[in-house]
Amino acid sequence: MLGEGILKGLKETARNALGSYVSKERLTTVEYPEERLTLPEASRNFPFLVYDGTDWESGLRCVACQICEKECPPKCIYIEKSKDKKPDAVGKAQFYPAKFDIDISVCMSCQICVEVCPFEAIKMNTEFELSTDNRFGGLLLDRKELALSNEYYHQIHPTEASEVDGRLAAERAAAEAKAKAAAAAAAAKAAAPPAAKPAAPALNPAAAPANTSAVPASEIPSGPTAKNPTGTPTSAATAPPAVQNNVINADAPRAPETDGAKPDAPSAITKKEGDAS
Amino acid sequence: MNVVFWILAVITVLGGLMAVTLKNTVHCALALTVAFAGLALLFLQLDAQFAGFAQVLVYIGAVAILVVFAILLTRGSETPSEGVLSHTWFAGLLIAAAVFAVLAWAVLKSTAVLQHETAAPSVSVQQIGSALMGRYVLPLEIVALLLTAAMLGAVMVALHEKGEQK
Amino acid sequence: MANTADQIFVLLKHWIVSVFPIAIQPYLGVLLSVVAIIAVFPGLFALTTVIERKGLGRMQNRIGPNRTGPYGILQPIADGIKSLTKEDIVPTSADAVVHFMAPLVLVVAVFMGFAVLPMGRNMQLVDMDAGLLFFFAIGASTELSIFMAGWSSRNKYSLLGAMRAVAQMISYEVPLLMSSVVIVMITGSLSLVKIVDAQNQYTWGLPHWYIFTPWGCAAFVMFCVAGTAETNRSPFDLPEGESELVAGYFTEYSGFKFALFFLGEYLGMFSISGLGATLFLGGWSAPLQVLNFVPSWIWFFSKVMLSIVVLIWIRGTLPRLRQDQLMNFAWKFVLPMTLLNLLVAAIWRFMGDGILRWIVCSAILLGVYVVVGTVEMRRKKYGPRSYRYAE
Repeated sequence: MLGEGILKGLKETARNALGSYVSKERLTTVEYPEERLTLPEASRNFPFLVYDGTDWESGLRCVACQICEKECPPKCIYIEKSKDKKPDAVGKAQFYPAKFDIDISVCMSCQICVEVCPFEAIKMNTEFELSTDNRFGGLLLDRKELALSNEYYHQIHPTEASEVDGRLAAERAAAEAKAKAAAAAAAAKAAAPPAAKPAAPALNPAAAPANTSAVPASEIPSGPTAKNPTGTPTSAATAPPAVQNNVINADAPRAPETDGAKPDAPSAITKKEGDAS
Repeated sequence: MNVVFWILAVITVLGGLMAVTLKNTVHCALALTVAFAGLALLFLQLDAQFAGFAQVLVYIGAVAILVVFAILLTRGSETPSEGVLSHTWFAGLLIAAAVFAVLAWAVLKSTAVLQHETAAPSVSVQQIGSALMGRYVLPLEIVALLLTAAMLGAVMVALHEKGEQK
Repeated sequence: MANTADQIFVLLKHWIVSVFPIAIQPYLGVLLSVVAIIAVFPGLFALTTVIERKGLGRMQNRIGPNRTGPYGILQPIADGIKSLTKEDIVPTSADAVVHFMAPLVLVVAVFMGFAVLPMGRNMQLVDMDAGLLFFFAIGASTELSIFMAGWSSRNKYSLLGAMRAVAQMISYEVPLLMSSVVIVMITGSLSLVKIVDAQNQYTWGLPHWYIFTPWGCAAFVMFCVAGTAETNRSPFDLPEGESELVAGYFTEYSGFKFALFFLGEYLGMFSISGLGATLFLGGWSAPLQVLNFVPSWIWFFSKVMLSIVVLIWIRGTLPRLRQDQLMNFAWKFVLPMTLLNLLVAAIWRFMGDGILRWIVCSAILLGVYVVVGTVEMRRKKYGPRSYRYAE
């Protein structure tokens, strides 16, 4: 009948209007800034630097390798390496960034820096209320502003953070195992001729990222002793392919491999390295 | 009451004069509307409520709009160049003065009859209605027929044009 | 006591006027009533803007303004300050005099319409013999101001909007008048006070409002439709459609003049609602005889506010009508129905009292409505549209 549609429409609008007082689904307004919508877990805005523990300076994971600076498309990261070294997340002495600036007015949140970082040092933050009235430097975040704790990382990206923690723990374990094996090897070396040495660099752990740490880890116990002239060049030589391995294995799911690197499975591992390179 | 009459008279006359002397045609139409309004107020001042309101409703509400539409839809809407008065303002003024003189002579001639006027009769709408339906029913019906014919004619002219174009 | 509350404003006016000398008393009385109207209705306008924005918001699943004052009550003050302090831009080639006069003419004409509405017992400004005719005459003058606004802006779109608005208002004036003429016919007077008095009678506690009769109900529906179109209110707001013509005929207006147009539009809404309440809903009379102790002006204003709420409701529900749909509707459907309504009212009047006239009149009206409705809807072949281009 003529006019029926209008009455149906009026009824629907009335239901909407009166229902908005009683049900949540008929009033979809979120009154910002008193209320906020919860962001999904995978949301991202601008990067931040992760530090472990309570002291941001000593716990900073970043080793100033400058990979993110090179890979950043709009070149918004500026890094200055330090002169001295400090132990990094897995215990090896590394450089650290004396200056680490990100210009977030330039950053386009592409997350490439996160993807390429071998040390799980830079991650994406979800903070979006960043407006400032300092026109000239307000959006240039320096090292101190960028450093946020691992606990915060767990808060904003729980799944990711647990994964990362697992990986780092695995690396640390591998590094320690490496150190123990190297110590045992050094002890054995003291007794036997240095025939085990060429095998040491080839001895590569399933945790390929621990490659660079595995080799230097062998340095640590031998540090106080005479410097191994072969040690450093080998580490330098193996560093680039090791880095490549890192990059290639970076996007491979590493979770199944993190159940404790077994130094006593060298054959499978070397085969893997052969595949990779 | 005299003061009110003079004010209204001035408004009406001014409106009429502006309607014949101004350059911009739409301004002329609006001045004509002012004259209509003045007339309506004069009717009201004479206590002829129905006539006054009918004047507003019909003249200002319909005829003025019609005049304005006619101006807009023809070339009269082209905005003229500088100048307030049209170039035929003197002729317009002269003709208006001549018509006024004739009408004034006719009215004043008849004041001999209207010397002994009493209070203005107050006619209610009901009396007007009864008169229209009683004494003046024939003119009413003829006017209605005329209006219908005019409307039908307009529709036919418009249809005919559209038919030709097709 | 009830009588005092009912007549409180009248008594107040008499008391204030009696203080002054006799010579100026009539003028002072009129002046006081005028001031009261000028104070009350813009205040209601402010309240209505908040109600509209919050009501529309709720209908659209959102909250309306709620930051200015509790529940957004101070929003009209913020709007007022904004419109007063905005720069008043007049285009260079615009006709300055006409541009200035258009909002004035609109507001003056709309305010004059309130002069004849009886807002309570003995509470009309003027009791004119031809009150209804005065109201419609003044309503016709608003069309002129809209045209003035559109033409003086020297803007094609404003002019288009103004032409559309005037065409729409003229088309819907005829059904508006015809649906009110039915009331005049039955009451026998053009005076609004007498119309309310005729409705102020009760049978078994129920009032004699005209909306409770078949022809009155039909006339009320058509009056609502025509009234909504007269005030350029959604769904008939094509002339000021924001998505089509920017703001139509008031595109070139800014600052206070725009606020005046806005005010004029809402006051037009109030006056049409007031007239509808007077003609069909019994003006200031109470719905049930037992409720007569409530002051009459409260009933009048409640009816007006109820109409406003319904107008806002309709605005939030219906999409905008296109110009040709609008005009077709007016001339091909509403006008014939008003003529039929006149006939039915005449039948009602001459059938005498009884249940038979109810049945006959309702049957005629409903029958024709249903038949015409179904025929029209079947005629519209819902399929791919065929276009007719201008030659």
